[in-house]
Amino acid sequence: MSLASSDDPKEPMADSPTEIASSPAPPPGRVATNAFPASAAAKRPRFRKIEEWMVIWSLRAAASVSIITTIGIVIVLLRESLVFFADIPIWEFLSGTKWTPNFKPQNFGVLPLVGGTLLVAGIAGLVSLGLGLGAAIFLSEYAPERLRKTLKPILEVLAGIPTVVYGYFALTFVTPILRSIFPDVIIFNALSAGLVMGLMIMPMVSTLSEDAMVSVPRSLRDAAYALGSTKFEVSTKVVIPAALSGIVASFILAISRAIGETMIVTIAAGATPNLTWNPLESVQAMTAFIVQVAQGETPQGSLEFKTIFAVGLLLFVMTLIMSIFGRWFVGRFRQEYE
Amino acid sequence: MRSIGQITRQITREEARRIARPRKVGHKVWRDNFFLGMFIAAVLIGVAGLMTLLVDTLMDGVPWLGWSFISSYASRKPELAGILAPLAGTAWVMVMTAMFTIPVGVGTAIFLEEFAGRHWYTRVIQLNISNLAGVPSIIYGLLGLSLFVFSLHMGRSVVAGALTLTLLVLPIVIIASQEAIRAVPSSYKDAALAMGATRWQMVKTIVLPEAVPGIMSGVILALSRAIGESAPILMISSLVFLTFVPTDPGSRFSVLPLQIYTWVAQPQPGFRGIAAAGIIVLLIMLLAMNALAIWIRLKYQRRREE
Repeated sequence: MSLASSDDPKEPMADSPTEIASSPAPPPGRVATNAFPASAAAKRPRFRKIEEWMVIWSLRAAASVSIITTIGIVIVLLRESLVFFADIPIWEFLSGTKWTPNFKPQNFGVLPLVGGTLLVAGIAGLVSLGLGLGAAIFLSEYAPERLRKTLKPILEVLAGIPTVVYGYFALTFVTPILRSIFPDVIIFNALSAGLVMGLMIMPMVSTLSEDAMVSVPRSLRDAAYALGSTKFEVSTKVVIPAALSGIVASFILAISRAIGETMIVTIAAGATPNLTWNPLESVQAMTAFIVQVAQGETPQGSLEFKTIFAVGLLLFVMTLIMSIFGRWFVGRFRQEYE
Repeated sequence: MRSIGQITRQITREEARRIARPRKVGHKVWRDNFFLGMFIAAVLIGVAGLMTLLVDTLMDGVPWLGWSFISSYASRKPELAGILAPLAGTAWVMVMTAMFTIPVGVGTAIFLEEFAGRHWYTRVIQLNISNLAGVPSIIYGLLGLSLFVFSLHMGRSVVAGALTLTLLVLPIVIIASQEAIRAVPSSYKDAALAMGATRWQMVKTIVLPEAVPGIMSGVILALSRAIGESAPILMISSLVFLTFVPTDPGSRFSVLPLQIYTWVAQPQPGFRGIAAAGIIVLLIMLLAMNALAIWIRLKYQRRREE
């Protein structure tokens, strides 16, 4: 990277291409591996400069796509939301506790949706923190190398399964089990969605936490053992504090994934905007509402249609804040070890 | 040494007796074993969850699998329904997403690794890419719906879906390609530059051929993420029971996960079965793609080590 100079497409050594083509034969004993085809090297310098210039600009264009995407997301969400907020005051949107956009009287208080999202994500967070951290400690501190190398990929398969499959699993397997334990549970409930989502984001916590724990130097553990600590004490009093920034970062990442997750909550958590802390009730998450409107017959351009962009904007801001907070936390509390 | 002397003096006889007394460690052993059990349980619950999910789906879905399931269109009767239209839609979307993603993703990675240097805008792009990787997929669906479907008048077409998925998986492709490019030994690059190659010649003849396996496996993993995505496609394509295969990029389409979702949402029990059968097909495709990516990585990794 030290050689890179993007502003100047001219290369210092590209002046005389014929020199390469007609360079004297290499001295005996050395192998002449000419990596550059003679035809490429023999091109006229001006043509090559044009080619270089075109390549750099097309690469720049490619790199700008990601920036344009971000700008596009912000513009699209803001453009539609601002029209919505012209009709519905933003304060009413953020603080209202009734969400009934599809029938009269219309109420646009987003809190029931936020509550639904946070309830499901909270359950998922508890499950994934418990399972993920436990698994990370076992894999990093206890498991022999071979077992670790087998178990880790198996757990990571969980993260690669499409979310619609988890939705199916929650609805057809977990919910019936819950209903046999708590007979008055509704078919669509937050608990089932949260448990399954916790299973989905568990490998995120376990993999990233384990990476952070493995990178804690051996000398810290040895020092603790030398003081007479047991393995559990070493794990919880030395390794976890030393790897805390990585563990917290993985947890934040997992929660932000849970907040933005769509299919599980759409399939299993229901479509009833419901501001409740009872996980056995049916709720509607923000993402599930967006899906509900998009798959319905709501005409484009109507106020109801614009709500999905307002909800989307709120969702975007929530996940953005979490990823910024996660990055800040890592930067603030990271321990560097030599 | 003086500090140790001080400490020795500070310890009273009583303290010394307490330290020297053999401690009871039984409860510590018990606690250690208890928590070891908990940690193992955490791993086992994860593995068991995965197994239950797979076995449950297989048991529900296998009876419904068959050639007619692959070769039929959607139907109101579960026994007659098949996945031909969404399967073709998935194939269309996947090919087009690959066509859009590879040049843009690899181009961005080349630019960031080989041309951009350490400018402020490199950092901005890099930060932006890692932020984009955390944006929920449904937000991409909203972007695609507003930008491609409505503003650019593409309609609910294959190309709008593919472009949306391209933006979604682009960060994955870029990050994987960057890692592959970074893994090319800098001695190779220096040798090329020392022989008078321009930077692009160096990239074209040295970096890219070396990095292709890594880039390929990254692209395949990104595409396997793309074909499993339902939420953004749900926004683009809305809910449709298609009885035709997409013929051109402007056609309406459905994809496999979307069809599965439609069936899961049906109340009749038969549709649960074909949903499970659709999941099996989807999982087989994902498994094949992941196996291919791992195979590519292992094959070329070994070659470089030789």
